[in-house]
Amino acid sequence: MLAWTIYISFLGALALLLLPKGSTTAARLLALAAAIAGFAIALVAFLQHRTGELITITRVPWIPSLGIEYHLAADGISLCLVLLTGVIAITGVLFSWNIEQRTKEFFAFYLLLIGSVYGVFLSYDLFLLFVFYEIVIIPKYFLIAIWGSTRREYGAMKLALYSFVGSAMVLIGLIAAYVAAGAKTMSLGSLAGFHFSPHFQMAMFPLVFVGFAILAGLWPFHTWAPTGHVAAPTAASMLLAGVVMKLGAYGCLRVAMTLFPLGLSSWGFHVFGLGSWRDVFALLAIIGIIYGAMVALVQKDFKFVIGYSSVSHMGFILLGLMTLNQIGLSGTVVQMVSHGILAGLLFAVVGRMVYDRTHTRDLALLGPMNLNRAIPFAAVTFVIAGMASMGLPGFSGFVAEMMILIGAWRAFPLIAVCAGVGIVMGVVYVWRAMQKAFFVEDGSAPAQSPLPPITLPERLGAAILIGSSIAVGLYPQMLLKIITPALNSPLFDGLREGGWR
Amino acid sequence: MSTFPSITVLTALPVAGALALTAIGTRDKRLTRWLALAFSLAALLLTLLLWHRFDPASGVLQFQERYAWVPTLNVEYRVGIDGLGLLMLLLSAIVVPIGMAASWKIEKRVSLYFALMLLLQACLFGAFTALNFVHWFTYWELSLVPAFFLIKLWGGPRRSAAATQFLIYTMVGSIAMLLTFLALYLATGKFDLIELSQLAQSGHLIFDTVTKVGWHHLTPQHAALMIFAGAFLGFAVKVPLFPFHTWLPSTYSEAPTGTTILLTGAMSKMGLYGFLRILLPIFGPQMQAVLTPLLWLAVASVVLSAYASLAQRDLKRVFAYSSINHLGYCLLGIFAVAKFTGGDLSLVAQKYAAMNGVLLQMFNHGLTAATIFWFIAMLEQRSGGHRGLNDFGGLRKVAPAFTGLMGITLFSSLGLPGLNGFIGEFLIFKGSFPLVTWAAALSVIGLMVTALVILGVLQKVFCGPLNERWAAFPDLSMGERLTLAPAIALMFVLGLYPQLVLGAVNNTVIQMVQQLKF
Amino acid sequence: MMITSYSQLLYLAMPEVIVVLTALLALASDLLFFRNQQLRVRFGVAAGLASTGCAVAIGRLIYSSAQANVFDGMLVANPLTQLVQVALLVLTIVTLLLCVDSTFTEHVGEFVLLILLATTGMMFLVGTQDILVIFISLELLSLSLYALTAFDKGTPQSSEAALKYFLFGGVCSAFLLFGFSLLYGLSGSTHLTQIALALHGSTLNPLIVIAVVCTVIGFGFKVAAVPFHFWAPDVYERAPIPAAAFVASASKVASFFIFFQIMLLGFAPVEGSAAWMRIADGWVPLVTAVAIGSMLLGNLVAIVQTSARRLLAYSAVAHAGYMLLALVAHTQQSLAALLYYVITYGLATLGIFGVIGVVEKQTGSDRLTNFNGLSRRAPVLSACFFVFILSLAGIPPLAGFFGKFYLFVSALNIVGGPHGLLWLVIFAIATSAISLYYYLQVLKRAFVASPPAGATDIQTPALTQAVIILLAASVMLLGCAPHLLLSWIDAAFRATGL
Repeated sequence: MLAWTIYISFLGALALLLLPKGSTTAARLLALAAAIAGFAIALVAFLQHRTGELITITRVPWIPSLGIEYHLAADGISLCLVLLTGVIAITGVLFSWNIEQRTKEFFAFYLLLIGSVYGVFLSYDLFLLFVFYEIVIIPKYFLIAIWGSTRREYGAMKLALYSFVGSAMVLIGLIAAYVAAGAKTMSLGSLAGFHFSPHFQMAMFPLVFVGFAILAGLWPFHTWAPTGHVAAPTAASMLLAGVVMKLGAYGCLRVAMTLFPLGLSSWGFHVFGLGSWRDVFALLAIIGIIYGAMVALVQKDFKFVIGYSSVSHMGFILLGLMTLNQIGLSGTVVQMVSHGILAGLLFAVVGRMVYDRTHTRDLALLGPMNLNRAIPFAAVTFVIAGMASMGLPGFSGFVAEMMILIGAWRAFPLIAVCAGVGIVMGVVYVWRAMQKAFFVEDGSAPAQSPLPPITLPERLGAAILIGSSIAVGLYPQMLLKIITPALNSPLFDGLREGGWR
Repeated sequence: MSTFPSITVLTALPVAGALALTAIGTRDKRLTRWLALAFSLAALLLTLLLWHRFDPASGVLQFQERYAWVPTLNVEYRVGIDGLGLLMLLLSAIVVPIGMAASWKIEKRVSLYFALMLLLQACLFGAFTALNFVHWFTYWELSLVPAFFLIKLWGGPRRSAAATQFLIYTMVGSIAMLLTFLALYLATGKFDLIELSQLAQSGHLIFDTVTKVGWHHLTPQHAALMIFAGAFLGFAVKVPLFPFHTWLPSTYSEAPTGTTILLTGAMSKMGLYGFLRILLPIFGPQMQAVLTPLLWLAVASVVLSAYASLAQRDLKRVFAYSSINHLGYCLLGIFAVAKFTGGDLSLVAQKYAAMNGVLLQMFNHGLTAATIFWFIAMLEQRSGGHRGLNDFGGLRKVAPAFTGLMGITLFSSLGLPGLNGFIGEFLIFKGSFPLVTWAAALSVIGLMVTALVILGVLQKVFCGPLNERWAAFPDLSMGERLTLAPAIALMFVLGLYPQLVLGAVNNTVIQMVQQLKF
Repeated sequence: MMITSYSQLLYLAMPEVIVVLTALLALASDLLFFRNQQLRVRFGVAAGLASTGCAVAIGRLIYSSAQANVFDGMLVANPLTQLVQVALLVLTIVTLLLCVDSTFTEHVGEFVLLILLATTGMMFLVGTQDILVIFISLELLSLSLYALTAFDKGTPQSSEAALKYFLFGGVCSAFLLFGFSLLYGLSGSTHLTQIALALHGSTLNPLIVIAVVCTVIGFGFKVAAVPFHFWAPDVYERAPIPAAAFVASASKVASFFIFFQIMLLGFAPVEGSAAWMRIADGWVPLVTAVAIGSMLLGNLVAIVQTSARRLLAYSAVAHAGYMLLALVAHTQQSLAALLYYVITYGLATLGIFGVIGVVEKQTGSDRLTNFNGLSRRAPVLSACFFVFILSLAGIPPLAGFFGKFYLFVSALNIVGGPHGLLWLVIFAIATSAISLYYYLQVLKRAFVASPPAGATDIQTPALTQAVIILLAASVMLLGCAPHLLLSWIDAAFRATGL
């Protein structure tokens, strides 16, 4: 049943291409219908699936001579992320309602991207997962290159190449693992259960982890992210920061850490105080948190602030992955969902609500426009999104960050304190952007043509996202209920034996 | 356990009011104001009802509600009140209408202003009744949002800087506190404040935490102190305690006066509540370990702020520093209670006195300070924005009623016997002298300097030759007198019959002190 | 099994005979009956006849179940060779269909004849294990290709390219022949397995080295590997479209297959190894060096190209590099991977040439700038173009991706363990990341850039459109369901007894 999320998206893309030229309204409605259908299926599955255990959706042999199967399955973690994709898909369409140029191609690429993302989250065969993971690169490139803004061709190409290099690294690791396990199967379950030699795991783990983590914005391979986010049109930024970056983190958790758990164990020697890949990546994660926050603090372009804030928040996710305890990992999954929603919301405000109306993202130019009077809905939405992104309790970010901090305390106390500093810095840069963009009250209100009011699709989109964040914030149990059993599944056995506490 | 979720309803009531106000929008300002006031008075009524049904003699938490919220993390929705909580609820319920009354003349975006005030009230109610850390922390943090925007959007000329400073200071403190509680959770698996304090009483809490958190390069005592420091920082910023007070004067003076009322009347009490509910029961031994420095800080708060208020020219700043001073007494009392007495019954009795004094002072200062700022708001409105100390003069000639009522309030703040301000300070000093003699002795200086400040205000604003500018200064209207009357009356009543409050809280105080086991 | 009767030999070589007969028939009919018709009709008839002939040959191949080995390996017929021959015939049919709308020559019959003769050469090439027959078939193939390249008499560049091709090819063939003669001298036989027996046990003396090097030169030229690739950019750029397409697709299939067979069967004793830190002398390290050079040079130089055809040529060099990986691994699985890769590569290349042909005809040249805004000017064509380019780039779920994947798997799945060739696979993947850059640049022109001012919609002739769509569909199908081709290849292996 869940597989239909993928199929509907792809079919929708195909149908869009077949629409006659110039049918913008039909294109929008079709895309919205496909997105809603996908989300509805995901929601039904989520509600029906009380425990977080693995349910197999489809499993048929695909390339029998190589042991590759078309194997779709979902556990608690996948379900959470599929839900997130559904929400972002719908709101992305809503926030792209105003695209006039080549509309049906836009939504065709969009639905192709969504379908592939669903595919990654639902794949349980590594070849299949990789196929979907690679497919994501192409629609991303075109969405940015055709409908983007600042330096779009450069940003799109950088993004495509970085992603491709990352997935190339992953491919090498996957093929090596496949061959080392006897070249009989690509099933995640089987390969995760196979005992690769510690030496092999120690070499392959960083390769595959970094390969996925490039897409997740691991410092210092994150440089594609701010450029790409800024260049992308709003819906693409929402998808990119909201969902696609989570693909990388998901890959790290689902593939790298389950296949090569011994790669995280101690090297036996220390280099600059680091004794294992776990230490290395935890350090890189915290550097990403602080660096992202610091750079966000000095940006003059509104969208760059959000772009760098994404790098900072993804640092939390990567840190959570390295805690290797139940709380930290659960918190990571919740943070994936939470940041997905909030990043989507922030980009929607900056891109759609502000930039499409004011045609500038320069904070110095936005200030005098008195935006909190001109478009109060945007101001309120940004305030709520900003507060949520700061980690204010009552919203999704708080629970997630708290759990990651707990997990980090257990594992690396010093890093946890630095993460606390990162949270404070998060407050500061959000406040600064909010203040400069919306609330500069310098008295002089230059006469200017009134800005177009906020349209219904935008309001709907904002309401959906805010509602989701509050729902997760007030009742995180609904996600934790299915994440915990998923983390206890046999898939993560190797990880548990390795370093879990 | 009460079957009717009174506390949840009480907390939800102002939220409903805020939603109603945003629905009305900016169409009818009068309707907005009266509706907001109605909601806050309804909350007051409900609180009084709770007061009435509260059983002072029982030692257990009353009106408890307890639901599982996030079982995976042992986070519960748990509320309940004892005497302390009830008192703070009542204070919030009283202070908010005063704040609204002082904001009656706001013209810009009225519905948003009053909605934010109601939201702040809800957060206050929540913070004073929540008993699970995450639940409580949610309200603590959420309260910053309406406060920040109230300052930012309606404040004075330097409001941006003030609001920022306010936000950053409090946030840093909050994060430090969060880290501490995460460490505690790691060790015990609990977020529940009551259970944590029970664990602490058994003596093992901090040591267990330290061993489990495992900072091996620190001694257990030092590690314990570091954990304590996090929580301490959070509350010290809020009260505020010297030297974490620097955000306060600008924030209080730049905020619109109605907001200042809320800040000084209720929000500062959140910090003290935290000391009483969280720091003392859970981190008692740590407080003892650093008692002397803490006392120095409290004394510094009391004395230095008194001198600082003497030097101010802006009335709001005068009373901002004066707030620090008055709350410093509360801190003095709390630190006195923290002192180790080891079963000496007479000293324990002094602790009861000090603690009672602290609670009383919290309530009374809230009431008094709120009323003072209310008067300052009226001064501002009548004089077209002036509130400098030297801007006025001889007002008693043109506005005798104003002078009289404000005078009473000022004397209450000074601590004149017969008015409510006296009894709290008296009890604190009575209890502290035997326990922390030198600190109490030094704090008396604060009393004296405060007296100078108050008298100075009286003299410069009301006495002396009439400043010709204010020849047409209107006196209090009948409506204003009627609205002020309850507050003034309460000052007298509590001054003459403090048992009204003491009766409700005494049992709680005894419980609290007894639980401290030192 | 010895067959002495020539009629029986004819029976065995029936498919090739059919093709030759078809060639003659096409030539005759064109010259005798259709000389005065319109070009389109002439091409249509000739291509139709030729395709039918090829189809009959395919039928014959599929339905015959003979396994034979004639004259000690001179003519070999087993399911594997039959598979490759079918693939060659299919590619030829597609090339012929793409010819139909060409306008570059009046000599229709001759053109079709040459294509079919080249096909015959290829079919003999893959169906033999005797070096003499290899050489002859190779010459038949090459000479036909040289002539095909020169066929556009309207422009001098076509002849220039053909001349370059011929000269370069002639030199390389000379080297090849010299190498073969050394092999004969060393072993006393022209049959690959006997050569291998003779070389068995001998150390790497200079004669063997020269033989190896010459063989690599000869075949390196055919597959356009570095440093024998210099003919490729010119031929790809200047030959008429069907000729260039044919060179790029079918001849690659045949050349790689026989290259693999020669090195595996003939030079087995002197393999050597290219495993990490354990390089041993032999032909494997040599081929590895050639592969690395091809991957590197092909990808890097393609970045700066401004002509679509030249870009394709350099990318062909790069792809040759990837395919040489299969030789480096020299296992059965790598042969299967090689076959899959080169066949699907051929399909995609034919498709791209088809698109380039249409664009060239309507805009005058194959400059990349002429592709600007193609998606708006010819939506269906550019959709197919999208599929072909991404398949070459190795993006799933297209055939090119699976080809690369299977190739890399087979390279790692060798006897010494995955560590051996891991470095080479990493290198290959890294260079294919470079290739994504220029492929995306091409697609960017088609999809992102705006059409030049005053540009009209591009009309594609119906047959060409149909063929291109079919090719795109097959690339997608083979990508999503690779076992369709793989199972056939595996069955062929099994049936051949390998």
